[in-house]
Amino acid sequence: MIVELGHYALVLAFALTLVQCVLPLWGALSGDERLMAIAPPASVTTFVLVLISFVVLTIAYLNSDFSVLNVLQNSHSAKPLLYKFTGVWGNHEGSMLLWILILVFFGALVGLFGGNLPKDLKAATLAVQAWVSAGFILFLLATSNPFTRVVNPPLEGADLNPILQDIGLAIHPPLLYVGYVGFSITFSFAVAALILGRTDAAWARWVRPWTLLAWCFLTLGIAMGSYWAYYELGWGGWWFWDPVENASFMPWLAGTALLHSAIVMEKREALKVWTVLLAIFTFSLSLLGTFLVRSGVLTSVHAFATDPARGVFILGLLCFFIGGSLALYAWRAPMLKQGGLFAPISREGGLVLNNLFLTAACAAVLVGTLYPLALDAVTGEKISVGAPFFNLTFGPLMIPLLLAVPFGPILSWKRGDLLAASQRLYAAFGLALLFTLVTFWAWGMEKVLAPLGVGLAVWVMAGAVSEIVTRVKAFEIGPKRAFSRLVGLPGSAWGTATAHFGVGVTVLGIVTASAFQEEHIVTMRPGDTVQLAGYEVTFDGAAPRRGPNYTEEVGHFTIRQAGALVTELDPSKRIYTARQMPTTEAGIHTIGFSQLYLSMGESRGDGAIDVRVYFKPLITLIWIGCVIMSFGAVFSMADRRLRIGAPKPAARRKTAQAAPAE
Amino acid sequence: MTRKQRRLTLIGSAGAVLAVALALILFALNDQIVFFQSPTDITEKSIPAGQRIRLGGLVEEGSVVRADNAEVSFRVTDMANVVAVTYKGILPDLFREGQGVVTEGIIGPDGTFVADSVLAKHDENYMPKEVAEALKDQGHWQGGEGETN
Repeated sequence: MIVELGHYALVLAFALTLVQCVLPLWGALSGDERLMAIAPPASVTTFVLVLISFVVLTIAYLNSDFSVLNVLQNSHSAKPLLYKFTGVWGNHEGSMLLWILILVFFGALVGLFGGNLPKDLKAATLAVQAWVSAGFILFLLATSNPFTRVVNPPLEGADLNPILQDIGLAIHPPLLYVGYVGFSITFSFAVAALILGRTDAAWARWVRPWTLLAWCFLTLGIAMGSYWAYYELGWGGWWFWDPVENASFMPWLAGTALLHSAIVMEKREALKVWTVLLAIFTFSLSLLGTFLVRSGVLTSVHAFATDPARGVFILGLLCFFIGGSLALYAWRAPMLKQGGLFAPISREGGLVLNNLFLTAACAAVLVGTLYPLALDAVTGEKISVGAPFFNLTFGPLMIPLLLAVPFGPILSWKRGDLLAASQRLYAAFGLALLFTLVTFWAWGMEKVLAPLGVGLAVWVMAGAVSEIVTRVKAFEIGPKRAFSRLVGLPGSAWGTATAHFGVGVTVLGIVTASAFQEEHIVTMRPGDTVQLAGYEVTFDGAAPRRGPNYTEEVGHFTIRQAGALVTELDPSKRIYTARQMPTTEAGIHTIGFSQLYLSMGESRGDGAIDVRVYFKPLITLIWIGCVIMSFGAVFSMADRRLRIGAPKPAARRKTAQAAPAE
Repeated sequence: MTRKQRRLTLIGSAGAVLAVALALILFALNDQIVFFQSPTDITEKSIPAGQRIRLGGLVEEGSVVRADNAEVSFRVTDMANVVAVTYKGILPDLFREGQGVVTEGIIGPDGTFVADSVLAKHDENYMPKEVAEALKDQGHWQGGEGETN
């Protein structure tokens, strides 16, 4: 009974979004306040209804109600409680329901906290958000209903794919979805601006915090997904340029560009038309990602089931939203007023450069991701586009961008002085050079590119520190006053410097982990020892063990350095009983920022097993850098200028200006 | 600088970056993509030794031989033709005799396929799409395509 209640709530939510699609928009265009006033309560109610159906599905999972087809196919009564809960979105239907839940949650946020937005903008934005919601709820109800019942329910379910039975499933999809779907709000704002034919100050102020919020979560979501793949799949790789990874990476690149162009729009009223387009692109790429992952055109751990009807439906939605918004853009964008002139060498110029390289890189990733699909569809020829393609296209586009990063925040608005900016970066440049030479000296001609990569990473990190030093004028006004300036720096300045520093940290991790990694693949018998990066890894033997819903063969390894015990690792091979499916659990030991990574292959019967041993120097910096970047976004959001809220009433703004400068 | 010059600088630099990006993409597409081949393709077409390809098919029953030092050899078949493969490394969890597999590498001078990666499947029932279609071409595949549940 309760399952039908969830189903019913979802149908009601669909009906309500249809109302929200039409009436508020009509009101906004005809100036009817009563019609506009429908939007906020409608958006909040839709959220409550979708939440009810999500909770219902969760209850069905927790109770292992196998009369629900979705639970039957993806759960098992012996599954640990955490995975019963996270298993709700460990399948196609449930994950789409989570997607929709987050979508309507963002709509409800605008409905609740958009009090100081112009009424027509708010109504139009919520209407556009409702269009997206209606499309996806219809998709769920028509092609992937999570509440379908089974007539004669079996006693036991088919269990969740063992790879997904991990704490990662509790974290990665929700984070990623908040990021992906969060861009829907900037999309709705952009389309609303096009419908109303104006982008005013309120519009500019609203776009950036929402972009920052979505970007922050997307960064964390991608990093978490990367770390999960790294420790769970047992290949020791952290990024495979797999189409599914690209699907999340493209909105990230476009979103990063949007984040930067929104600054120009907000501060200087320039690049409005471009920012609107970028907002449309970013969410379009999120939709494209959803299509690639959910339609079954790609085969991966994310593609849970292939059903042609679903693919066609999402493709239809994709064409409608992307085509519709771009057509609207072509028609209405010329009406938006452009403002704010600037010289090529200026903060704006730097941000434009950032946008150029990020969009070009995004386009390269897009081509590499879609080309095999297009070729297959047109000629039937099957190809794969892998890491070499992306290293050759994406890599070279990132180098000039990273070189330019430290200059951007130091240049002044409107007309900058490159020479003066360079002088402030002498120290950063010296430090980068020093690190390049030291790395080069340590490794010699063996690795030529790696020292340059290390230098580049140090350059970006030191540049971020230089920015703060420059801002507080540390060397000009003495430490005491500099400290008070440091405390008073606006959140956005800290945000920029922190995020840029994080980029440098990630780059450093990528360079060192890929250039200086050590790897051994060996067959070991109990008592055998291999040497790796100064560590001795001894295989002591393997023994069977039973888990709650699996059996495993656990290998015991002792790691020593110069005879002294460092740690013991127990990687294993598991067989999940319900699906009879094997998985590899890697053994990982973190030493500083580096990691020792052990994974076992199949045992050979006579006690010997194949073992893969890696030493990955500074690899954790890759993910730590991403966390630092997202902290940057949090600092920026905390900036009082950007408090979710739009223009302060004129009177209050005057008093704020009259008060002494911070 | 006049307004016009500014605009030209902007358009010029945008054009330059896009041109570089386009050149890189075209160059890489020409050089860095890998074609998927079935054992029949390899037997019938003459693929130059040293060119990277992807080979897909079924792992022939009883063909897997493990040597010391984590080396393994097996044969990939599409029921019409067979190609011998050698690989050093750890096979993915779901590698089994009689099941679908996709490997990437080059054809060695003696005609053996030297794989440097054997692709993991993520699910026990799933058949790589390329393999399913290659088998269909040979008339040996009837099941539903890539059904995971």
